[in-house]
Amino acid sequence: MDPTAAKYIGAGIACIGMGGAALGVGQIFGSYLAAALRNPSAAQGQFGNLIFGFAITEALGIFSLLVALLLLFAV
Amino acid sequence: MADPIHQFAIVNLVPLAKIGHTEFHFTNSALFMMVAVGITALLMVGATSRRRMVPGRLQSAAEILHDFTADMLRSSAGEEGMRFFPLVFSVFAFVLIANIVGLVPFTFTVTSHIIVTASLALIVFFTVLIYGFYRHGLGFLRLFVPHGIPLYILPFVALIEVVSFLSRPISHSVRLFANMLAGHITLKVFAGFVAGLGSLGVIGWLGGALPLVMVIALTALELLVAFLQAYVFALLTCIYLNDALHPGH
Repeated sequence: MDPTAAKYIGAGIACIGMGGAALGVGQIFGSYLAAALRNPSAAQGQFGNLIFGFAITEALGIFSLLVALLLLFAV
Repeated sequence: MADPIHQFAIVNLVPLAKIGHTEFHFTNSALFMMVAVGITALLMVGATSRRRMVPGRLQSAAEILHDFTADMLRSSAGEEGMRFFPLVFSVFAFVLIANIVGLVPFTFTVTSHIIVTASLALIVFFTVLIYGFYRHGLGFLRLFVPHGIPLYILPFVALIEVVSFLSRPISHSVRLFANMLAGHITLKVFAGFVAGLGSLGVIGWLGGALPLVMVIALTALELLVAFLQAYVFALLTCIYLNDALHPGH
């Protein structure tokens, strides 16, 4: 296979990892919303934890984006 | 159609010096960094020059920004963390204002360049590292050894903790950079649809209304993302600083 083509295919495959991060982020916000509707008075205090969990989960999607960007522009 | 990447081009404005083969220029990136710092300084100086017991609009804006950052730092790093308030506030205000300035048409988004966000993330990373060792000595290494872990898997857990600590500046910087980059490219691609359809005549104008509405909605979304990413950046700064202050898990 042409190395350039392989590079682009690899970058595309690496982006599949972001789907996993999407599932995780959706899970976090969905659970937060479900819990917040059950107990709205406690919801405001957990906003920081929500964003922290979101950031940690999103980091894994970012790593796969990074692999794709490295393949596209650095390799 | 206009190139959606063109907006990120760095333009040399004023040549400053040439040392060896390296040229130093005053670029549009530097200009808009100074604009962001200038707006922040004007806001804070203007708000605090005529202080009142009952704050006016400008003073309220500055007080909200201050209290918001202080609450965030206190809740994640404790009262001790307030010694890092100047750092956290500067980082938060700079990223927030730079993100919002970047949304104004014909401006340059400073935070869409990895070199800027990586510099900010490395400042935080080395502050945590240096202050942690300065404050706790080798006790800072307790950060990598969680309590209550069976001895036989402790080496692996410690290894994972070290790797996760070292990968922090990467995710910290790439998150902000990738969000701003992707958001601005999306905006420009949809704006390109409007221009492309608009050049087709009357039928094109009708079709072009659809992406135009989309661009307006995306701009509103980008405003939310600009704030949210600045908040996430500052919150992670607070949480990392908490590790330097209280390394035991």
